Amino acid sequence: MSALTDDTLPMTPRAMRDEMIVFAVMAALLAVVPFTGIYPFFVMQALCFALLACAFNLLIGYGGLLSFGHAMFLGTAGYVSAHALKVWGLPPELGIVVGTAAAALLGLATGYISIKRQGIYFSMITLALSQLLYFLYLQAPFTHGEDGIQGIPQGHLFGIFDLSKPLVLYYVVLAGFLAGFLLIYRTINSPFGEVLKSIRENEPRAISLGYKTDQYKLLAFILSGTLAGFAGSLKVFVAQNASLTDVHWSMSGEIVLMTLVGGLGTIFGPVVGAFVIIAMQQYLAGFGQWVTVIQGVIFVSCVLLFRRGLVGELAHLLRRSL
Amino acid sequence: MQALYAQLLVGLINGSFYALLSLGLAVIFGMLNIINFAHGALYMMGAFVAYFLLNLGGINYWWALLIAPVIVGIFGMILERTMLQWLAGLDHLYGLLLTFGIALIVQGVFQNYFGSSGLPYSIPDQLKGGVNLGFMFLPIYRGWVVIFSLVVCLATWFLIEKTQLGAYLRAATENPTLVRAFGINVPRMITLTYGLGVGLAALAGVLSAPINQVRPLMGADLIIVVFAVVVIGGMGSIMGSIITGFALGVIEGLTKYFYPEASNTVVFVLMVVVLLVKPTGLTGRAA
Repeated sequence: MSALTDDTLPMTPRAMRDEMIVFAVMAALLAVVPFTGIYPFFVMQALCFALLACAFNLLIGYGGLLSFGHAMFLGTAGYVSAHALKVWGLPPELGIVVGTAAAALLGLATGYISIKRQGIYFSMITLALSQLLYFLYLQAPFTHGEDGIQGIPQGHLFGIFDLSKPLVLYYVVLAGFLAGFLLIYRTINSPFGEVLKSIRENEPRAISLGYKTDQYKLLAFILSGTLAGFAGSLKVFVAQNASLTDVHWSMSGEIVLMTLVGGLGTIFGPVVGAFVIIAMQQYLAGFGQWVTVIQGVIFVSCVLLFRRGLVGELAHLLRRSL
Repeated sequence: MQALYAQLLVGLINGSFYALLSLGLAVIFGMLNIINFAHGALYMMGAFVAYFLLNLGGINYWWALLIAPVIVGIFGMILERTMLQWLAGLDHLYGLLLTFGIALIVQGVFQNYFGSSGLPYSIPDQLKGGVNLGFMFLPIYRGWVVIFSLVVCLATWFLIEKTQLGAYLRAATENPTLVRAFGINVPRMITLTYGLGVGLAALAGVLSAPINQVRPLMGADLIIVVFAVVVIGGMGSIMGSIITGFALGVIEGLTKYFYPEASNTVVFVLMVVVLLVKPTGLTGRAA
């Protein structure tokens, strides 16, 4: 099996410094967005998807596990958070915790099932499990079927920050994104992350070295699902609804597409990919189903021509890891 | 009891489609090491080609049964020559991503021109009506679909397991380099195999056109169920794919009768149970 990326060398201090610089630039750029006149709703949405794609990338880029069902975490956390906020009347912070915890539990259950098989079967199992959840949510009364949960109150985070103000909401979402991003970055560069990469490169060898690879894969899956769920909970405050679209297989496909466009196994790739795809959907919204066709064309051309993705190609050009 | 038998028949018909599609997936996976995500889209194309043949060319169902799989098969072979062949030696997941992209393109194009509603395709005159079997009323067309699918499945099994060509195919699956050294054109065999697998999907599409109507997204949800079928049955054995396909269709039909709420999730639930009890799948070798 061929390697996805060429980051098998240990992390050098220079690479670490480069990445921290890029991270600082990214954080600074995102922090000034509200003062540039860019529509903040668009950026908030893109940030939620960027975190989602980063969480997905943790599995595929570093663990070699292609999950084709990550929409289930987005949707589950979204539904649970939305229900907790609207029906139980929980404050925002608890709403996020409850939604994220639901995604973590789902990650434990679905991860336990799907890591029983490797490679392509893993992808098919995750896809089938997310379809199972889709049908459950379609029939469950609390999701309100085709209508979804609408008109979710945003409330005051920690009783202080009024999330109905776009500017406050923007910085809360940004803080959530950056925290999630750093957690993933830390994970990738931890001993745990190194073992994960070794599993991606050669699982039998990792087993022979004494690693219980199933436990590592399960933990990575739960972590990825939890962070994807966190993104889903944040998204509830931005979109103020939770609907079936978020659990549908086409959403899982979009998550894969974002990561592929940005670069599988790159640190910043999923963020770039998420912004590119969300921007594309905004600008091409008038073209109806042609958006699907264009997404398909991007999939095909990425796989055939730019397997490294935007950031991956750039990193290759600069001979840096990004 | 009438309702039970009717649901069993529906189950057998769905089982026919599962069998034809998972069979094609297994054959393609064996040769190309690719899970063909475009399978559902190509199944849909088969139905649309039949629709075009009838409405634009006046060509009837019987010819469509032959021509549509050939046309879609050729389309598949073009896909294989122009795109899929470049993935040889790469990680499996790229094949899945590429064919997912192809599925989006094909389904998107058809959705643009035909929306999401269904187009009618009428049952051929010779297969209209039904017979009373005493315990149930059997619409002839539905019986025909089950029997014809079974025959096609068994013929494919025979082709692969019992003929010279099938022997080459199985050998090339195991060790393409060695088979090439014997002077057999393996790349051409790969192309033909993809064409065959895709042709089976298109055939299923033609068969389903009079039953399920012709819709751009008719294959999109179906392919996910077929993936679950493949996970349950494993792709190691041709006969395993056929039996699992039919069996799951029947189980789904029974669920529709006894507990309709679970009818669209039962296959996925079974997949979970199988993974928990026997992770390698019912017939599969460890993969």
